[in-house]
Amino acid sequence: MTLNRNVKIAAVVAFLAIVFIAVPAVISASGRFDLYYTLTSVALLSIASAGVWLTFYIGRINIGQGAYALMGGYISAILVMNHGWSFWLALPVAGLFCAAASVLIGLPILRLRGVYFAMVTLVLTEVARLLALALPITNGAKGIVSIPLPGALSVFGVTLIPDFASLQNSRLAFYLLAVTLMVVCFAVMYRLVNSRIGKLCQSLQQNEELASSIGVNIAYLRVIAYAVSSFFGGVSGAIFAAISQSIYPSSFTVTDSVNFMLNCFLGGLGYVFGPMLGTLVLYFGWDLLFQTGQFQLLIYSGLMIVLMLVLPNGLLSLAEMTRKKG
Amino acid sequence: MEQVIANGLYLGAQYALIALGLTLIFALMNVLNFAHGQMYVLGGFITYTVYGQLGLPFVVALLASGATLAVIGALMEKFLFRTVIRRSHREESTMLLAAATAFFFDAVILLLFGEKQRGVPKIVKGVFNDAGIIMPYDRLVVGALAIVFIAAFVLYMQYSRVGRAMRALAQDRVAAQLMGVRVDRYSMIGFAMGAMLAGVVGGLLVTITGVNSGIGGPISIKAFLMVMIGGAGVVGGAIAGGLILGMMESVGLTVLREYGDVTYLVIFAALMVFLSIRPNGLMGKPWG
Repeated sequence: MTLNRNVKIAAVVAFLAIVFIAVPAVISASGRFDLYYTLTSVALLSIASAGVWLTFYIGRINIGQGAYALMGGYISAILVMNHGWSFWLALPVAGLFCAAASVLIGLPILRLRGVYFAMVTLVLTEVARLLALALPITNGAKGIVSIPLPGALSVFGVTLIPDFASLQNSRLAFYLLAVTLMVVCFAVMYRLVNSRIGKLCQSLQQNEELASSIGVNIAYLRVIAYAVSSFFGGVSGAIFAAISQSIYPSSFTVTDSVNFMLNCFLGGLGYVFGPMLGTLVLYFGWDLLFQTGQFQLLIYSGLMIVLMLVLPNGLLSLAEMTRKKG
Repeated sequence: MEQVIANGLYLGAQYALIALGLTLIFALMNVLNFAHGQMYVLGGFITYTVYGQLGLPFVVALLASGATLAVIGALMEKFLFRTVIRRSHREESTMLLAAATAFFFDAVILLLFGEKQRGVPKIVKGVFNDAGIIMPYDRLVVGALAIVFIAAFVLYMQYSRVGRAMRALAQDRVAAQLMGVRVDRYSMIGFAMGAMLAGVVGGLLVTITGVNSGIGGPISIKAFLMVMIGGAGVVGGAIAGGLILGMMESVGLTVLREYGDVTYLVIFAALMVFLSIRPNGLMGKPWG
């Protein structure tokens, strides 16, 4: 990359200032408090999409993120409701459970490639939905409702996070939580991609046999990448369940899984921050088109096709094109 | 039990025809056509309009469904997929395009035909009832037609000039091009044929199950299942996958009835185990 260190730091600081200071300030000034919910959703969806992006990075098309988001949501909901756990403990446990499950599922299915992997993960989303309908603990189609808001988190008597239910504006609290996690998630992703493991993952994307022949442990690497990906999916699903205070088998479906994938495509598969941009554009685009009523889906999908024709390598490839020309 | 097998065969013939179109497009272009189910729905609605609303003969309606979808398929290949494949760094990008066209078709179908469940008058009246099998005559006719179409398709792919060119293309695109096969032209014909098959099945099945705008996605998933069972990009695999899925569904619905609605859960679980043992399906080429 041609960007030097100072520019990068300035960009990060500017981004943090925007999401943590400017956005809340603008929202409280304009009184559009509903935007908090939209932006929180964008942040959470981009976390899940970041997971999908990571599986793209090892050369797999993942249409199964909805399964892990659903799983994470149910795990945290069950832990909070049936076992009286604190949300702050249930959240990482839900993520870790999804990661562990994805190791078990991933060991056999990561041997598949190309469309086979894509289709089997698509099926996985359906399996998760049907399981949620069939298992007794998930309460079938009725789902789990009236999950309490996250309580206070204190370490050694110091309250780090106040009880969400006692806050006047729990939307702001959820926004800050989601955005913080998003920043952490993308920092981890950036670090991962620019590390030794990241380079190795890229070698998987290009040619697994070749990578294997020069001593890369491909089976281990792809399971790790898939587990990290599923962890992100589970965490985002768990927070979604906490925000909506409910989870149903239809909370995350095949459409969501496909959307996670589309977010990555739209932002650009070659760019770490692609999923974030893609999610923002797709989610806001969908919201803005709401006024067009019955033509919403038509215009949305039409625009998506046009965008694909003009910029098949994602929105962020635009920056690269201008840089090359200039 | 005879009844279950008869139902399975009937379902399997329909499914095989759906899977054939999907696998053809995949074999030629390496594109996973997410919009296949939507094409099926569109075919169903065209038959509904021509046969059910305008009252023209069923054959005309079926032809209209096939022809319309063939044109749509050809246009999609020429103006959308070909462009994206040429411009994109990664060939997975066609998946976004396919998903976007699926959404687009969904929107168009919803706007043109509404969200109601639609059906048409029976094409043949009466019920076949013999040897312990009860099967309405229209199902028999539709099943037989499906088998005729499958046979015609296989023969066409095997013996015609176009079919030979397409098989060469599926085997090795570059080599086919070097041998003088007009790759662009046959890709377009292949895409059109795949879309046409989806439209024809839609037209056939609207006479039995009716059609509504929401079933496109589920049909696509079923088609993916069949293709995975049989192996992507192989004609024989698609037929085998279709028959196997039809049979499993028919048997599952009978055997697992007392456990509630778990047939598809069992099928999915079995499929994942099967694929971890045989990643390319029954007869798929390695790594699709």
